[in-house]
Amino acid sequence: MSWKKEWKILVVMVGVFLGCYFLPVESEQFDGPIGESLRLLKWYAREHVVLCLVPAFFIAGAIAVFVSKAAVMKYLGADANKIIAYGVASVSGTILAVCSCTVLPLFAGIYRMGAGLGPAVAFLYSGPAINVLAIILTARILGMELGLARAIGAIVFSIVIGLMMHFIYRGEELEKANSQAAIPEEDIKRSLGQNAIYFLSMVGILVFANWGQPGESSGLWFVIFSFKWAVTSIFAVVFAVMLVAWFGLKWWKVLSAALPVVLLSIIFPGRPMIAFVAAIIGLSTITGSDSGETGEWFSSSFGFAKQILPLLFSGVVIAGALLGRPGHEGLIPNDWIVRSVGGNSIGANLFASAAGAFMYFATLTEVPILQGLLGAGMGKGPALALLLAGPALSLPNMLVIRSVLGTRKTMVFVSLVIVMATISGLLFGMM
Amino acid sequence: MSKLQILGTGCPKCKAMAENVETAAKELGIEYELEKVTDINEIMKFGVMMTPALAVDGEVKIVGKVPSPEEIKKMLS
Repeated sequence: MSWKKEWKILVVMVGVFLGCYFLPVESEQFDGPIGESLRLLKWYAREHVVLCLVPAFFIAGAIAVFVSKAAVMKYLGADANKIIAYGVASVSGTILAVCSCTVLPLFAGIYRMGAGLGPAVAFLYSGPAINVLAIILTARILGMELGLARAIGAIVFSIVIGLMMHFIYRGEELEKANSQAAIPEEDIKRSLGQNAIYFLSMVGILVFANWGQPGESSGLWFVIFSFKWAVTSIFAVVFAVMLVAWFGLKWWKVLSAALPVVLLSIIFPGRPMIAFVAAIIGLSTITGSDSGETGEWFSSSFGFAKQILPLLFSGVVIAGALLGRPGHEGLIPNDWIVRSVGGNSIGANLFASAAGAFMYFATLTEVPILQGLLGAGMGKGPALALLLAGPALSLPNMLVIRSVLGTRKTMVFVSLVIVMATISGLLFGMM
Repeated sequence: MSKLQILGTGCPKCKAMAENVETAAKELGIEYELEKVTDINEIMKFGVMMTPALAVDGEVKIVGKVPSPEEIKKMLS
């Protein structure tokens, strides 16, 4: 036996043994957080995957495949109208930034080859906050109020920050890259209206399937709630018809995917989840086996699922262990959180935005982390501050931004983001 | 000998692109040199804003999506 080769294995063995021997399973501090973490994971798996995340992946995939990016980029080009460019830059993250890794190249491109510093910065700031998946998940898990505040805050402040950057560096003439931006050519298969109805039907399914039970048992919200599956079904039928009429799927395929859904909803009227799962399986089968654009749609949706689910669920496990579910304590004591980001003081907001700006959040993990923090006593103002500063910036992406903008502009941008996020947190906390 | 450059900051799609390009090039049996351009300023010099992108001998062939090995074969031949 050669010790040279085997000693590492022995060390690992001893390490694992000691770890097991001293495993603190009976202690309160250990069992609590682990339990919390698993309970939170189960809650996510039950409440959010089938009705919310899966449809959201299909929508994100559809945006990536069917929405013409060239049409949007036209408004961010070098000779675009400056005022329109700011507006488009602030909202186009919804369409262009479905995946966070595309934000930086687009930002650099708008800066060097397109509309310039202001719109580029506006895009960089709002992009990660208003991509479809982020909006849907924030609204669903952290509540409508915070979801809306995040989207509106990101759009408004991105324009403000863009204009300020432009104003600070107005005297500077940028040496434009010689190269003309290469924008993929896309042939248009459907009109804008057709695409709009198509997306509307998917968003309709998502919204109504997730319609929460309101507190009282009367009024408009309750009426909508009691008819939610009927409304969802109408959207689903429209959606299925469009797949045949505009996307060239064979009618018998769509019908054979829809039939089990109808049957299951008749057999199990009290458990709409079963029919919904059948619908997802049906849609995946007919799109996944297609070799044309609907096949591309499926593989793009699946790509998002592959990329985001592992990150999101590790985020849930970690957030659950550290912070616990709302109303329960995790590894980090609640009073630490109340002390640093509770209430709505300037200090709490500033701390939240600065921490958010430097910390790296993998795509969408900011949502479970925020949920944990809110449950442990974080104020809603600082929560918004963190949501605004967090995904837009992190230490690694600051380095990339620095290589594009230079050190001074990057520092100005980072400070503007922190200041703006703090202000929006303060305002939101007062509401 | 063709020079194949994959432009992208290292996201999963860029990796998928690299794999497809290698498959296509091997199936065609051409001699090639594969380079991954990850620096964002270098990517900009190609005029590419949407990654991943593929350049063959310095000429950008496709931008913003991952082509299948079949599509890449057409670009290479």
